[in-house]
Amino acid sequence: MSELKVTAEQGVPQVLTEREFDAPRELVYRAFTEPELLAQWLGPHGYTMKVDRYDLRDGGTWRYTHTDQEGNEYAFHGVFHGEPSPEGMVQTFEFEGAPGHVSMDTLMLEDHDGSTIVRTNTVFQSVEARDAMVEGGMAVGMSEGYEQLDELLNTSLKPRH
Amino acid sequence: MATAQAELDQVFGALADPTRRAILTRLTEGDASVAQLTAPFTVSQPAISRHLKVLERAGLISRSRKATVRLSHLEAEPLREATAWLADYREYWEESYERLDALLAALQESNRTDTNGSSTGRSTS
Repeated sequence: MSELKVTAEQGVPQVLTEREFDAPRELVYRAFTEPELLAQWLGPHGYTMKVDRYDLRDGGTWRYTHTDQEGNEYAFHGVFHGEPSPEGMVQTFEFEGAPGHVSMDTLMLEDHDGSTIVRTNTVFQSVEARDAMVEGGMAVGMSEGYEQLDELLNTSLKPRH
Repeated sequence: MATAQAELDQVFGALADPTRRAILTRLTEGDASVAQLTAPFTVSQPAISRHLKVLERAGLISRSRKATVRLSHLEAEPLREATAWLADYREYWEESYERLDALLAALQESNRTDTNGSSTGRSTS
């Protein structure tokens, strides 16, 4: 199992992630861009995912909805910028529950001899917006990479599960 | 909320220093006196004491007195809280990506079956 790396530096309204997949880039790209495939994996546990539209082209729009077990719907939409390709795609992201709060996602797929490294770069409008999105309301300053913290936690503390 | 935020700021501030992280790591092996904590470092005992105060204020350690020696003790809970803020975001992507792993494996498997000519009638592109 490949590990997801998440980097969120203090004072920078940006979150970077990195994850390796044991599949060729074309296939990973399909999983990210074909609505029927995307709906099979994206979203929080226990939610159903419906892709309402996915117009994959420069200026095209997308919208999808996550529905929880009680039937509450959480819809998101945005616009693709530039011609999407397996090398990368750029899109805006907006939760319809918070109109006007928009982030910009750049997805990069790197071919590594049959496996693929997926990198994401998400830029928020402010550090506060980033912290609100990644944590759900609690703004926290972070001065060190999470790896060091993880290391400390892994060497010293058994996670609560 | 503001208080929780301030507490977490203190935790992250305390963790930002390599000496203080090393002290915490040392304390995972058990409680220690200032002298014991100073031994591995080139810094002075008063400097270590100042680091311990920062860690104590952040709630990352507690200190008790045993005879004339003050012992430092690691407090795990604030560390867990400090890492929890990213947990939702991380969890979202970790769970999603685990499903993507499974999907990609299934797609590759069906590609192989198709190219092996098992007459599914679908060509692989």
